[in-house]
Amino acid sequence: MAKTKLVVDPITRIEGHLRIEAQAENGMIADAWASSTQFRGIELVMQGRDPRDAWAFTQRICGVCTVVHAVASCRAVEDALDITIPANANIIRNLVMGMQFIQDHVIHFYHLHALDWVDVVSALKADPKDTAGIAQKISPWPNNSTTYFTEVQNRLKTFVGSGQLGIFANGYWGHPAYKLPPAVNLLAVAHYLEALDWQRDVIRLHTIFGGKNPHPNFLLGGMASAINLDNDMTINAVRLAEIQGMITRAKAFVAQVYIPDLLAIAGFYKEWASIGGGTKNFLSVGEFPQAGIKDLDKLYFPRGIILNNDLTKVHAYDQHAVTEGIASAWYKYSGGDKAVLHPWEGETAPLYTGPKPPWEYLQDQKDGKYTWMKSPRYNGEAMQVGPLARMLVSYASGHKAVVENVNMVLKTLDVGPAALFSTLGRTAARGIETLLLAEQMQVWFDALVTRIKSGDTKTFDGTKWEPSSWPKSSKGYGWLDAPRGALGHWVTIDDEKISRYQCVVPSTWNCSGRDEKGVKGPYEAALTDKHPLADPARPLEILRTIHSFDPCMACGVHVIDVKGNLLADVKVQ
Amino acid sequence: MYQTLIPWSADEGLVANLERRGVNRRDFLAYCAELAAILGLSTAMTPRIAEALEKLKRPPVIWLQLQECTGCVESVIRTSDPTIGDLLLDVISLDFQETLMAAAGDAAERAKEQSMKDNYGKYILLVTGSVPLGADGIYTTIGGRTAKDHLETAAKGAAAIVAIGACAHFGSVQSAKPNPTGAVGVDQVIKDKPVVNIAGCPPIAEVITGTLVHFLTFGTLPKLDGDNRPLFAYGSRIHDQCPRRAKFDAGQFVQAFDDEGARKGYCLYHVGCKGPATFSPCPIFMWNGHTNFPIGAGHPCIGCTERNFWDTMSPFYTRLPDVYGVGVEHTADTLGAALAIGAVAGVAAHAAATGIHQIQTRRREAAASTGAPGAGGKGNG
Repeated sequence: MAKTKLVVDPITRIEGHLRIEAQAENGMIADAWASSTQFRGIELVMQGRDPRDAWAFTQRICGVCTVVHAVASCRAVEDALDITIPANANIIRNLVMGMQFIQDHVIHFYHLHALDWVDVVSALKADPKDTAGIAQKISPWPNNSTTYFTEVQNRLKTFVGSGQLGIFANGYWGHPAYKLPPAVNLLAVAHYLEALDWQRDVIRLHTIFGGKNPHPNFLLGGMASAINLDNDMTINAVRLAEIQGMITRAKAFVAQVYIPDLLAIAGFYKEWASIGGGTKNFLSVGEFPQAGIKDLDKLYFPRGIILNNDLTKVHAYDQHAVTEGIASAWYKYSGGDKAVLHPWEGETAPLYTGPKPPWEYLQDQKDGKYTWMKSPRYNGEAMQVGPLARMLVSYASGHKAVVENVNMVLKTLDVGPAALFSTLGRTAARGIETLLLAEQMQVWFDALVTRIKSGDTKTFDGTKWEPSSWPKSSKGYGWLDAPRGALGHWVTIDDEKISRYQCVVPSTWNCSGRDEKGVKGPYEAALTDKHPLADPARPLEILRTIHSFDPCMACGVHVIDVKGNLLADVKVQ
Repeated sequence: MYQTLIPWSADEGLVANLERRGVNRRDFLAYCAELAAILGLSTAMTPRIAEALEKLKRPPVIWLQLQECTGCVESVIRTSDPTIGDLLLDVISLDFQETLMAAAGDAAERAKEQSMKDNYGKYILLVTGSVPLGADGIYTTIGGRTAKDHLETAAKGAAAIVAIGACAHFGSVQSAKPNPTGAVGVDQVIKDKPVVNIAGCPPIAEVITGTLVHFLTFGTLPKLDGDNRPLFAYGSRIHDQCPRRAKFDAGQFVQAFDDEGARKGYCLYHVGCKGPATFSPCPIFMWNGHTNFPIGAGHPCIGCTERNFWDTMSPFYTRLPDVYGVGVEHTADTLGAALAIGAVAGVAAHAAATGIHQIQTRRREAAASTGAPGAGGKGNG
């Protein structure tokens, strides 16, 4: 059978603009290319700005991971100016980030990923009694009644009966790769709708500390929300009670809806535990400092690197070993297309050499370039980043809660540890860390309350606020392990202004194209690792594996050196 | 409750629908009255709202996402009334929306084309994200076509065009100096049709859905200010509606973050608040189900509903020039339009206020340097 060339563009249910080109052969994917098709150049915009404003600009890199760039940016500038934030501010940032992880992962599961596994149309055929029976068996969630599922099904029937299918139009409904019985499909559809209401509630934690969501406010040196139990405009007992309520409801939904659904659905798709593994190296920079940013031994999720799927050893991470190449990306290096550079020495000169739009294919260009993503590598190796990397590094480091929960999931699904290196493994790891964080939120919140009780209400360190207190030149590195993986912001400040700013972002690691040695990035490697594709005209399997990474494309294309010249010359072939 | 009120199907009338769902007419009318209040209409309009809702079929909506961060989509899914579930299943037919739709690739594009063809002249076009015009548009392509191409194609058959968020409004952060990709807002590409600007980075969810509800209910766009922002949301300055305004008038200011003033909820003007130059309903509608707004959380407003705010309002922690001469009497139609347009006769009387002068100057400079049409006035749509 001849190879079939196929294109999936736009890849929907992601953040941003992603294109996959692939070749299918005998029901399998023979080759694949991942292209990021958007470029914004925000780091160029940062040049000459006040470093105290940096968080607001970089936050707008992404409205989905709406807090992580802001925090990474604050950390980078705080590192450069040697600012230590108060303990309360550290806890508040953990709470804000923790809720971001939880909310983001639940939305990913139900609204971005579920429709790859759940056939909405099949849910119409379910007997709501069966759904209630299954639901009650796996969870004590109070909405698990026949009446409830009947109501949801009626609503769905009304919707489908209208003939206006809206966001569900043209889905791959009825595709043979859908394996859930109608009753489980109905369960998932009900929780798809319920999760929409849930996320709106719990994310208000951001609104209390940051004034709004998306894009809550942050502050260099701490947090702006002052604590005063005797004022109506500050963090007081009413606000703390609201936050406690959200933490309780977040945990309940994760433990009683998300995790039971994840395990129930995964049980029908166990073959995906041996599909889509791809890149065998994993990087986590660690996250949730519990004793300040400099105490790396007290990170809630540890830092480290796993090489070649070997869970017996965790390698140390050194940011100096990070490089970026442009072999498949539309940029120019003074050292040529084979050169690789550390972010501190990074050059960015966008140089589009692709075809003139509208075009059909990108990957068959003579110069081998097809994306706006550079190729980050660690010691020359491609790395997977994200929840799976975090869980693997934690597991191999002996993180007790991670070991227990990973083992619980493996046992429930009756699979071995090798199952982790797969499409299903990435999806399961996301659930496991959500559960752990939902529990950890309470620990952090209690710690904050205890501190307030002891009389410590400090949320901001202003000793280095005034530019006159800054050194003439300084450099900072802000690391952060975001919902989608390892993130780094590198800043240089000269004469009170930003002179250089760079970000290396999770989706750049995962979506990177071929490097100068021809090694594929993680998306590409996963799609070509024993990866089925039954019907190239309905590439459902591609969506499953790509969505298991939770792509965030707007984040990925900001690897730009503000000292680099932006070239306007565009070569159209 | 919203979903029980709006009929989903053309062949089922409202009365039948309500009965089937066990909702009585009294609840429905109470809802319509509430809606009238939200939209700033007299209660006498309630029967008309009810009548309009009764005739409603789920109208087709096409949502284009261009050069953006998806924050505006995230904002919309936080909407309380209607909720996003209600919106998707009962209120509109969202026929194309990349972040939420099941279909991908060709199947997604086909769904969009089909809807645009079937509903030519009838669909509502929502746009988030800017349009990068630099380098022939190759900085954002979808399905091998440029953002500009997608926008122009979809705009042709649209009954109404709503630009949601700062990117679609004027280009936002990627259009800040030096605007590396030549990013512009929707109204700089589509010039033959009115474009409603729902300003903000992102806008408040209910302002977006409220604009939709207005259009669906009355069949017209809401009344707009000089920058084509709906008056029901952008008619007043934050400063004039701020719960901390009394502190400003009393001269009680936060001088440094987390100082004694900050812990007493004093005014944030001295630490950079842009509320005096920003038209936005944040203090009134508030965010995320009336939970809070930036000033309420102790952080100064950064002015994100104003055109080119990344350049005109930054550095964010530097205080605005003297704003004492600008009072509450300035609505968006006078001050707002004046800020956007530059000098118009009506504003001459107020021009003595130094603040206006300085803001106008910065605005004109920014508009001139980025080629933004901030200086081009558009009438009220």
